Amino acid sequence: MSADDRNAPAGRTAKAHGTARTRLGWFLAGGLLVALLLAGVVSSFASGSPDGLDATAREGCTFNADDEITGGTCMAQQEQDHQLADSPLADYGIKGIDNEYVSTGLAGVLGVLVTFAIGGGVFWLARRRGTTDATTGDGGATVGAGAGAGTGTGGNDQAIRDTPAPGTGSTA
Amino acid sequence: MDTQAMHIANGIVDGPVSALFAVLAALGLGVCVWRARADLDDRLAPMAGLVAAFIFAVQMLNFQVLPGVSGHLLGGALAVVLVGPWVGALCVATVLIVQCLLFADGGLTALGLNITNMALIGTAAGYLLVALLMRFLPKTPAGVGATAFIASVLGVVLASQGFVLEYWLGGTTELSLGTIAGTMAGVHTLIGIGEGLIAATTVATVARVRPDLVYALRRFRTAPVAAQPVTVSGGAA
Repeated sequence: MSADDRNAPAGRTAKAHGTARTRLGWFLAGGLLVALLLAGVVSSFASGSPDGLDATAREGCTFNADDEITGGTCMAQQEQDHQLADSPLADYGIKGIDNEYVSTGLAGVLGVLVTFAIGGGVFWLARRRGTTDATTGDGGATVGAGAGAGTGTGGNDQAIRDTPAPGTGSTA
Repeated sequence: MDTQAMHIANGIVDGPVSALFAVLAALGLGVCVWRARADLDDRLAPMAGLVAAFIFAVQMLNFQVLPGVSGHLLGGALAVVLVGPWVGALCVATVLIVQCLLFADGGLTALGLNITNMALIGTAAGYLLVALLMRFLPKTPAGVGATAFIASVLGVVLASQGFVLEYWLGGTTELSLGTIAGTMAGVHTLIGIGEGLIAATTVATVARVRPDLVYALRRFRTAPVAAQPVTVSGGAA
């Protein structure tokens, strides 16, 4: 079914386009859901050991049970606190929530949403408008849709749904 | 010392060198913004947002590589395969900036160092390998997965050597550079293998579901195969 859409002739109509739009929307929603589950749930089961860089930085020093440096020479001795170490989300937790799973999970969910909003927002604003299909043979209809999309957020989806075929358009 | 920190902290590399790399990172990202516009269309823009969010999520998932040592995905090669080098570097940088400003991970002073290593070096190395490998490997989910795996391993090791370079220029402790380079390369080879497995699984899945959303399949296509990158007949090259 998906292959069907991709191989549709460029002129094929709103129905195919509508399906494609839906599929991009579902794909994004699905991907975001996976990211939210990873950051919100799986993250609590991640390894708590220092990562490769941190482990290298600690090499040469000895540590006590509280993870304080007790001797030796290592990079970690020079480590200074983060300027924002007191921020409410510092170290992937939410200040005030004692349950570690909840705290980490919520911080992760928040991080995914903020990253998606900032990344997606900036990329969306910076994109080339209405030019997606300039490289395909699919001239008229697409340009029209692109122009419509530029006028308001409501039209954006319309532009997206016109995009899935350029790879095939140029080679067909 | 908390064990949640994943990136270079403040103080490990001195002020002047950190400032130098902050300038380098800013210039590098500027070039990426300039070049990214050519790639950013109505389909790639939301995909790039998703890639950034996904990398943020997976960076939280530290996996054990040695007793007492963990690692996490950096994401350069993954981003390159899905959204291309310029947008990909910006995706990784976005993650690093959010982590630094919101979650106090990776020093503010060290942000330029972290961006240089993970967003610029890791992505550039990943891109060179992807561009090379996609000429030889089939444009199938398996081919693009193998590409992501190899590009991840080498991208991560090279990114780790970026730190060694920065430490050589501005390290604040007297330690043997050779030892640090060796330790970083060794540990990051293991981390790179873990990252490679995650990246390969991810891009192969996307290539199976929506091959048209995989930059590497669009950008490096050879004419006849490109029409149906997902079909089994990909070997027809």
